[in-house]
Amino acid sequence: MSVKRRTFLKGTMATSALGAAVGTGLLQPRAAIAAWSEKAFSAKKVDEAIAGLFGNGATKESGEIKLVAPDIAENGAVVPISVTTSLKNVETISILVEKNPAPLACSFNFSGPLEGYVSTRIKMGETSDVYAVVKAGGQVYSTKKTVKVTIGGCGG
Amino acid sequence: MASGTIKIKAALSGDITEVKALFQHDMETGQRKDAKTGEKIPAHHIKEVVCQHNGKTILTCDWGVAVAKNPYLSFRFGGAKVGDSVKIQWTDNKGDSDSAETKIG
Repeated sequence: MSVKRRTFLKGTMATSALGAAVGTGLLQPRAAIAAWSEKAFSAKKVDEAIAGLFGNGATKESGEIKLVAPDIAENGAVVPISVTTSLKNVETISILVEKNPAPLACSFNFSGPLEGYVSTRIKMGETSDVYAVVKAGGQVYSTKKTVKVTIGGCGG
Repeated sequence: MASGTIKIKAALSGDITEVKALFQHDMETGQRKDAKTGEKIPAHHIKEVVCQHNGKTILTCDWGVAVAKNPYLSFRFGGAKVGDSVKIQWTDNKGDSDSAETKIG
C-alpha cells in the first residue's frame, strides 16, 4: 500500500471538510469508495451504511446472490458467511448485520478477474438479519437471511 | 510491524485459483471492558487487506470491528497459472501491518 494513500486516509479522518465535500457530491464517488469509509462503518442503520458506501441506501432484491450462513449460530463471535453471486461485473460485495451496533461488517472491492465469491467469518451480537450487498455493473443488489444467535452457546 | 501473522493457501483448479487466508489478529471491538479495571478496551482491528496476483491488486477488503477474531478470508480468481505469486497485506487501525506471499500450487 502506497504511503500516499495512507496519508490520504488519515487526512480524511482528520478533516470532516472532505467528508462534507463527498457528501455534497463535489468529489467523484470513486474517490470515496477507494478509501475505508468512516461514514459507512460508523452508521447505525443498514440503509445508512449502504448509503455511506454507495451514496444511496436503496438496493434491489436479487435472486442472483446466494448468502450462505448458518440458520443458528451457537457462537456469535464466529459466524461463517459466504456470498456467491452470478451477477456480472461485480465491483463490491459487502456484508451487513442489521442488529450489530454498527451494521457494516466488511466490504470487498474487486479490481481483478475475480469470481463472484467471498467467504469470511463475522461477529454477531444477537439474532439478526444478515445482508449481502453486491454492486455490479453500477447497480446495487442485495439479499438477506436471518441468523439466530443462541446466547450462552449451548444450543436451543 | 507484525510478522508471521498470515497463512495463505492458493490452489489452481481448472481455470480458477482459490485463495484461503488466515490472519492472527485480536479484532478488538472497542465495546468490551477490561475485567479488572472496568475500562473499555479500545478498538483494534484490521482495516484493510490488499490481495495481489503477480504484483497487481485484485481485491481490497475494508473491514470493521465485526470481522471475527483471527479473521478468515477466501476468494477465487481467474487468469492465473501454477507458480504465480499471491501476496496479501493487512493494515490495522493503529497502523500496524504484515504481509505474506505464496506461490499458486
